[in-house]
Amino acid sequence: MPIPIKLFTIESTVSTPLKRVHGYLAEFSSARDVFHAAEQTRDAGYSSWDVHSPFPVHGMDDAMGLPRSILPRFVLIGGVIGITTAFLLQYLTQVVIYPTVVQAKPANIYTIAAFFPVMFELTILFSAFTALFTCLVMMKLPRLHHPLFNAPSFSKFSDDKFFICIEARDPKFSAEKTKSFLAGIGGSNIELVEDEL
Amino acid sequence: MAEAAHDPHHPHAAGPSRAKVLLREPLVLNQRSMSWVTNRICGIVENPQPKGWWYIIVPCVALVAVMVFCFTYLVATGVGVWGPNHPVAWGWDITNFVFWIGIGHAGTLISAILYLTRQKWRTAVNRAAEAMTIFAVMCAGLFPALHVGRVWMAWFLAPIPNSNAIWQNFKSPLLWDVFAVSTYFSVSVVFWFLGLVPDLATLRDRCKPGIRKMAYGLFALGWRGGNRQWRHYEIAYGLLAALSTPLVLSVHTVVSFDFATSIVPGWHTTIFPPYFVAGAIFGGFAMVLTLMIPVRKIYGLHDLFTMKHIDNMAKIILLTGTIVGYAYLMELFIAWYSGSLYEFDAFKWRILYGPYTWAYYCMFFCNVIAPQVFWFKKMRENLLVVMIVCMFVNAGMWYERFVIICTTLARDFLPGQWDMYHPSWVEIWTFIGTFGFFMMLFLIFLRFLPVIAIAEIKGVLPESDPHYDPSFAKRDNLVAAPSYEGDRLENRPAETTAVVTNAAPA
Repeated sequence: MPIPIKLFTIESTVSTPLKRVHGYLAEFSSARDVFHAAEQTRDAGYSSWDVHSPFPVHGMDDAMGLPRSILPRFVLIGGVIGITTAFLLQYLTQVVIYPTVVQAKPANIYTIAAFFPVMFELTILFSAFTALFTCLVMMKLPRLHHPLFNAPSFSKFSDDKFFICIEARDPKFSAEKTKSFLAGIGGSNIELVEDEL
Repeated sequence: MAEAAHDPHHPHAAGPSRAKVLLREPLVLNQRSMSWVTNRICGIVENPQPKGWWYIIVPCVALVAVMVFCFTYLVATGVGVWGPNHPVAWGWDITNFVFWIGIGHAGTLISAILYLTRQKWRTAVNRAAEAMTIFAVMCAGLFPALHVGRVWMAWFLAPIPNSNAIWQNFKSPLLWDVFAVSTYFSVSVVFWFLGLVPDLATLRDRCKPGIRKMAYGLFALGWRGGNRQWRHYEIAYGLLAALSTPLVLSVHTVVSFDFATSIVPGWHTTIFPPYFVAGAIFGGFAMVLTLMIPVRKIYGLHDLFTMKHIDNMAKIILLTGTIVGYAYLMELFIAWYSGSLYEFDAFKWRILYGPYTWAYYCMFFCNVIAPQVFWFKKMRENLLVVMIVCMFVNAGMWYERFVIICTTLARDFLPGQWDMYHPSWVEIWTFIGTFGFFMMLFLIFLRFLPVIAIAEIKGVLPESDPHYDPSFAKRDNLVAAPSYEGDRLENRPAETTAVVTNAAPA
């Protein structure tokens, strides 16, 4: 039973004649070029598109018209869960379930100061893991394959090339106009990226 | 226009009014291009390792075998094979634990605190320093785990309901330590991994299809460098830095609580938390330099890890070493000023007529006197001197923990309890074995992962600025170093050829 999944860009023998257009990919050679191209793409009203770069380009969020990430709110929630967990863990076990008197230190709420180090550590721990996992969810990662990996030139994104990909699901996408638009904003090596179904 | 020279951060802002003295040294020398950076760093992973790598890893693996043997012997026989006695219940084991955990702190300082303070030079060292942190914490964790005696009971440290219905004593600093160190390890791994993702994608994209590509691809998580990914990634990275900063300060604070919350004279001091943190950063930076200067030489990373980096780190060693020296003197002053007979006596034993005064003076020389040579620029520029001072600091920080832990316990309140402490051969070889373990992990890291954060280095190149104008480079008469064919060894210029043994592919 052939599995219609390609792992990364490994050429498998499994192939189907069915293709779906993912979008147009245009290459840029510098951060400066792709920055101005992104501003023009934003102004042209495209919505499903992305700029691929080897490093985070400063100011690109504004150039793409993207708002600030809401990730910190989730991390705050993670931290609050962490501190609550640590307090309950210590209060319930030390005071409620099994009051333990060691070195004459009492077992009551007033010993909360002794609980602070663990509360602090678990706040950090929960926040850090929330930051990692929320970030992955927001980046829509991990995934084993993406249509962009079919584009031969795309692997240079992690070296020194910059790309703009306008996806076919964008309402403004059109086979001819988008291609000429990308050429007009300075993109080179424009190719149609297809995904095997 | 003639004086307008190169500022890596705002090259476009260079104008006639800028004085020459205000210009910064570029972070990447010789106007290297992005693809040069990729080739150079990935080349370390992709090419056969130089001979030096093999010469070091083989003895390290042998030392790991010795360490495993020592631990097996300890578990099979009992903690009696170590030297601790009564009253010195904490010997080399806890000394080594504090030593290794302290080493790790520089990694987090570089990756988190220098990130928050926008010290862009950190990009060349943060990956290796974070790796060092993780490996050092792994070495550290072995000691308390094995020191509990009955290792199969170590899970009693975790707050898990057990059949005795007894819970851990959360008022004990030792339990705080369990939480602090395990949190530190977990968060360091998360931070390191998140930083690695874009670089793993670079390695993935350079690989030929095969097992390696699958492995790198799996850990790169399908990274595509889209700005819709970067914008969350950068926030997450910044948040992790902001979380790691208080964390790193808390970890050694909690470690110092192991001592400071007791009533033993010589331990019961409020100066311990800041003093331990400064000492940890001090010792950690020395270890980063100890590792990175040879790496720079062996792999020819002179353009990325420049003399400027070494200079900055030497200055941090000087600063933290001087803080540590202040803490030593303040401890002595307070011992007298407090009016506590026992406290004063503990320090008199430590520095004047105790059996371990030699260890105190070793510590004082290595940690306070030796780094003072870094006041001189000539000394900071001489790599041999830097390496020697770093070795002194590495040794000195170990002596510091030995002095604090063992010599204090050897002389407590009652003379009838006093005893000497001598490490057994098992302890000595265990400690030497952890060095092998640490070095082995670091060498494996060099073999499989990019030692310098590729994406971050590209981000500090002048052309990464979206407002960078290539004509400024021409105007400022900055000539890019010619791109040698595939950066091959024989094609590199003489000043870097001499030391490069690992060339990137053509």
